[in-house]
Amino acid sequence: MAEPFIKLENVRKAFGPKHVLNGLSLSVEKGRSLVVIGGSGTGKSVMLKCILGILQPEAGTIEVAGQNALGLKGEARDQYLRRFGMLFQGAALFDSLSVWENVAFGLIQGRGMARAKAREIAMEKLGLVGLSADVGKLMPAELSGGMQKRVGLARAIAADPEIIFFDEPTTGLDPIMADVINNLIVDCVQRLGATTISITHDMASARKIADDIAMIYKGEIIWQGPAKMVDRSGSPYVDQFIYGRAEGPIKMDVLKA
Amino acid sequence: MNFLAFIGRLVLDLCAEIGRVALFARDALLTGLSPRFYWGQIGAQLFRVGYTSLPVVAMTAFFTGGALALQIYTGSSPTTAGTLVPSIVAIGITRELGPVLAGLMVSGRVGASIAAELGTMKVTEQTDALVTLSTNPLKYLVGPRIVAAVISLPLLVAIGDTIGIMGGYVVGTKTLGFNGFAYLKTTADELHVDDVRSGLIKAAVFGFIIALMGCYHGFNSKGGAQGVGRATTNAVVSSAILILAANFVLTSVLFGKN
Repeated sequence: MAEPFIKLENVRKAFGPKHVLNGLSLSVEKGRSLVVIGGSGTGKSVMLKCILGILQPEAGTIEVAGQNALGLKGEARDQYLRRFGMLFQGAALFDSLSVWENVAFGLIQGRGMARAKAREIAMEKLGLVGLSADVGKLMPAELSGGMQKRVGLARAIAADPEIIFFDEPTTGLDPIMADVINNLIVDCVQRLGATTISITHDMASARKIADDIAMIYKGEIIWQGPAKMVDRSGSPYVDQFIYGRAEGPIKMDVLKA
Repeated sequence: MNFLAFIGRLVLDLCAEIGRVALFARDALLTGLSPRFYWGQIGAQLFRVGYTSLPVVAMTAFFTGGALALQIYTGSSPTTAGTLVPSIVAIGITRELGPVLAGLMVSGRVGASIAAELGTMKVTEQTDALVTLSTNPLKYLVGPRIVAAVISLPLLVAIGDTIGIMGGYVVGTKTLGFNGFAYLKTTADELHVDDVRSGLIKAAVFGFIIALMGCYHGFNSKGGAQGVGRATTNAVVSSAILILAANFVLTSVLFGKN
């Protein structure tokens, strides 16, 4: 087995009395696309934020390309973050900036690139996600949800990152637009050769973009394997989730009438 | 016992909040005000905090100066009114009312807007997006707002002082029958550089408080629209209280020995 490119070991994170990550361990090989599935509130987004250093775990280790990712400051943190691109669940576009400025933001503010050059790259990336140059002049509020996701994707890949995170990339989209986004993700990732971690509830999306799938439950990874094995995982938790059954070992907190 | 526990809980919560604000202020100063500087953001915030607040500060100052002139005239004898009205209006406006009222007006206008904007950015993950784009939110969002507020407030107060004194002048000459030249001469004679300087120092401190509290509450908002609304209210209320408290402390320090 190849050396993991992203490696989390025994990561723990709590918010007050609520323990969100309970000794989570996970590894992703370079160039692979891992999709983490799991219910709401199981710690998927917190895991990504811990890798990015937005949240600091209380215990455990996180390594990216053999480098310790915890406690980085200053220039070391800036260098570390330059490896990443991220597509947020709600796209998280900056309201006050035009579409092309959103896409070029990391190039101009994060890397000090000249605006003209950054604009050129932004337009090219918008083209890669199927948006015309005219869209670049619009403000985010003028776009539909699907277009915002595509702009978010263009922003995530603008600097050709080594690692891309996708947080619920198809949530809130109709099935056709969701498939368009899935195709764009697969296309962009293959083009860049990036290592990716996606988190989703959407099994159609997971099957389409994943090389490997992991399932998170109560802040721990309870199963990880190749995407094609997910239907034969042998885990009742995974089976209940992927087939969307109310009955099974995962109990939802629903009050009975 | 329950009452004591309630009081104890309040005190502990207050201490914890003060600690969080102090840590945020430290980070804002050490990180937000260190290179690299986002000059475009600073310019945009100067326009927003300074230029767009000018009408409200000017109107507040004008009417306050006029009302002050009327009040002093009512409370003084006819023989002393000609000296007391212009001098007290000038000193009252420059030392106290100008900076305090400008601070309160700007905290309501700009502090609330900062908290609402940053709060919305926080709950829609835009601040997290900044991090993933190698941009420190403290440098990009907090630093420019603090710089802009600390520069803008003294400028606004300087303009507000002038307009406030003119408000007293207009009421004094048009309503109370004072001689215009004599009014201005008394104002010039009674007003000293220290009066104006103390007001400008206060204004800079109030600007810092407004930006800091707006950013702090915005950055710590959670829970969607309700959380953003709460952050906005907290930013305005805490700014107003801190402005009034800081005004007392600064007045004690600047004029305590006189």
